[in-house]
Amino acid sequence: MNLGFPLFPEQASTMAARVDALFYFLVAVTVFFAALIFFMIVVFAVKYRRRSEDERPRPIEGNFWLEILWSAIPLGLTMVMFVWGAIIYFDIYNPPDDALEISVVGRQWMWKAQHPTGQSEINELHVPVGQAVKLTMTSEDVIHDVFLPAFRVKQDVLPGRYTTLWFQATKAGEYPLFCSQYCGTQHSGMVGRVVVLEPAEFEKWLSGGATGLSMIDQGASLFKRFGCETCHGAGGTSQGPSLAGLFGKTVKLQGGTTVTADENYIRESILDPRAKIVAGYQPIMPTFKGLVSEEGLLQLIAYIKSLEGAERKAAQK
Amino acid sequence: MNVSEVERREHYLNVNYGIRSWLLTTDHKRIAWLYLLSVTLFFFIGGFFATLIRLELLTPQGDLVQAETYNKLFTMHGVTMIFFFLIPSIPAVLGNFLVPMMIGARDLAFPRLNLASWYIFILGGAFTVMAAAAGGVDTGWTFYTPYSSIYSNTHVVLTVVGIFVTGFSSILTGLNFIVTIHKMRAPGMTWFRLPLFIWAHYATSIIFVLGTPVIAITLVLVALERIFRLGIFDPALGGDPVLFQHLFWFYSHPAVYIMVLPAMGVVSELIACFSRKRVFGYSVVAFASLGIAVIGFLVWGHHMFVSGQSVHAGMIFSLLSFLVAIPSAIKVFNWTATLYKGSISYDAPMLYALGFIGLFTIGGLTGLFLATLGIDVHVHDTYFVIAHFHYIMVGGSVMGYLGGIHFWWPKMTGRRYPEGWARLAALIIFIGFNLTFFPQFVLGYIGMPRRYHVYPPEFQVLNVMSTAGASILAVGYLLPLTYLIWSLRYGTVAGRNPWGARGLEWETPSPPPTENFERTPIVTEGAYAYEKAPEEISTVGRPAHV
Repeated sequence: MNLGFPLFPEQASTMAARVDALFYFLVAVTVFFAALIFFMIVVFAVKYRRRSEDERPRPIEGNFWLEILWSAIPLGLTMVMFVWGAIIYFDIYNPPDDALEISVVGRQWMWKAQHPTGQSEINELHVPVGQAVKLTMTSEDVIHDVFLPAFRVKQDVLPGRYTTLWFQATKAGEYPLFCSQYCGTQHSGMVGRVVVLEPAEFEKWLSGGATGLSMIDQGASLFKRFGCETCHGAGGTSQGPSLAGLFGKTVKLQGGTTVTADENYIRESILDPRAKIVAGYQPIMPTFKGLVSEEGLLQLIAYIKSLEGAERKAAQK
Repeated sequence: MNVSEVERREHYLNVNYGIRSWLLTTDHKRIAWLYLLSVTLFFFIGGFFATLIRLELLTPQGDLVQAETYNKLFTMHGVTMIFFFLIPSIPAVLGNFLVPMMIGARDLAFPRLNLASWYIFILGGAFTVMAAAAGGVDTGWTFYTPYSSIYSNTHVVLTVVGIFVTGFSSILTGLNFIVTIHKMRAPGMTWFRLPLFIWAHYATSIIFVLGTPVIAITLVLVALERIFRLGIFDPALGGDPVLFQHLFWFYSHPAVYIMVLPAMGVVSELIACFSRKRVFGYSVVAFASLGIAVIGFLVWGHHMFVSGQSVHAGMIFSLLSFLVAIPSAIKVFNWTATLYKGSISYDAPMLYALGFIGLFTIGGLTGLFLATLGIDVHVHDTYFVIAHFHYIMVGGSVMGYLGGIHFWWPKMTGRRYPEGWARLAALIIFIGFNLTFFPQFVLGYIGMPRRYHVYPPEFQVLNVMSTAGASILAVGYLLPLTYLIWSLRYGTVAGRNPWGARGLEWETPSPPPTENFERTPIVTEGAYAYEKAPEEISTVGRPAHV
């Protein structure tokens, strides 16, 4: 049936069919109970309509077993919804390890994305079909939100920290990207599109119009420019902890606590170095707040992550 | 009783005259009128904003108002409707009028505090109206940081001060109700003889007292960050923007129950009266109200499933949200069962009550979609959410409010409204409401985000349906305004108990005397003794029920 307008969103990710199946289950339960209530009301309202003003119906105080019944059945059904929904939710927010990583920075009122190979795009996101893609996202100002209806995923994009979102597109095509967290005057203009390409097309797109430098290379040059090497580099003064192999490790902090070295930890250490001091080091690092842009931070993090790769390669040799 | 008799007898409306006698009154019944006039004004202001929103959304382009104006419209619509209409509507109008009368008291426990509550409400309202007149505010009624605290260039502080001040009115009203219900019940009016309206207001009052201070403090923090750049919510200043959401929803989720619990109380009264039956499972319905009030404080995180809070927190909030749905479901089943073998009449208040059950059922069931984590991720911040909460707040609370206003109108005014017009209005509102909001469920699932000034053209047809429904709804709301005012002068005289209802408020004349009862009633049986003829139940003038 073609009405000239959609009544159901396109299914274009591995998650879409799973979310829709659960949605249909809820629609079925909901329609059943709504119909039951409406039917009962109509039947009672007609059957027991007042026929004379003197009617004094016999009182019914209630029924214990009925109360148990109509508490237990909804409870059971909602627990099915809970578990089913929680499983999908868990998968929506746990990206596979081999996902292609893309950085996204939101600001009033545009989206900026950068691929590991260095390509940047604005209000567009080119991704390959059939491969998991993980977005690492932050905002330069207020809270935004990446909403991809055709993929049934959504995640707020916060200033001052990274959130992630992943999806695996199943169909080539163009799909809308909406900002769905109200962010000011041009909120409804903060829209873009996801362009899903066949893998070969995607490779072609990546190699066309390349900026030359990958994110890691751009991060490495920032690492030099800000003089990070002096303290953190291999040939440095070792006043700061070495960053080789840092990413994903557990770091011992002063005071005996530990932290996992993820994107948010590295970000905080660059912008607010005194927040968490690594055990055995002095709090002498200056802040780089205001000196390095959100894109620059993501490039630095990409570089620091790559240092792990270098160490592993060395170990493999 | 004829007209002249009504006018000769002294009652709370004619005991004295003049503007001073109203503005300085401590009579809970007159204060109810002060609230009625104020919230009606705010309702139509909020409705005016809604009208402009719906007109703008007729077309995908932003052609009626600028983006900035549109953002102010939906913000002012939400702020006005929630803080200045929905929250005070049933408690401050019907609750004020009925809580003392239903329990056989002369007035609330603190009559002067009650009047003070109204002045505080008006003061808060004045700040908010000033903010609107000065150019408005564009943060959304949710005031999410750091947009509200740093980035917005509109009158955030003034608006927030208005809501802060108004909050105290809620707290004092809640306090007054709690003390009144505990201490001022007539002899024999035990807890389990209380009408369910009272139980609902008791539960609501608990939320007023415990929840409102949290929103007050939260909004003060927003103002402090905005004025003094204290780093509380903005990460650039060292704050945490998600902290705001936790604090905000800790109040604002229970606030949903502030809006709907009193309506549930009204509906229990109406269903019992117009089916001439005791409410099925009285104590279950009473405890369901308390259950909702308590669990309602533990579900705020379901507004934050996509905010970046931990996946495990999301799961706990999801589980608790399903649990809070159960007492609501129980209530719906009990109301439906109350109709069984009843003697059902279709007077306008009953039409509103049945409309409430239908719309609240849809609103409640669609809430399950939002509590389901995997589905909420997709529909969060879309029109699905808009449709859901309008089904609860407009389909539920406003239907309950209008049903209650019609039901107790003869008691409040001594006159009856024109029944035919009232039934027609109820029908128009029901149809207009569904046409307005049902298409928004579909809009949401196909992905239209909320708060969009312009939107992709494929969403237009459903938006046109919604706007068409809104114009029907507008007619439905203007009708009662017209005929209720008309009835003040031309309505037929109601008499003490035009519905053949049970409850102490019906045993005193309409309108009641200032002191409510000529003698303190003595209660010997539970609420809803509809199996007895009115003659078997006593009248005021001698101790009731003896």
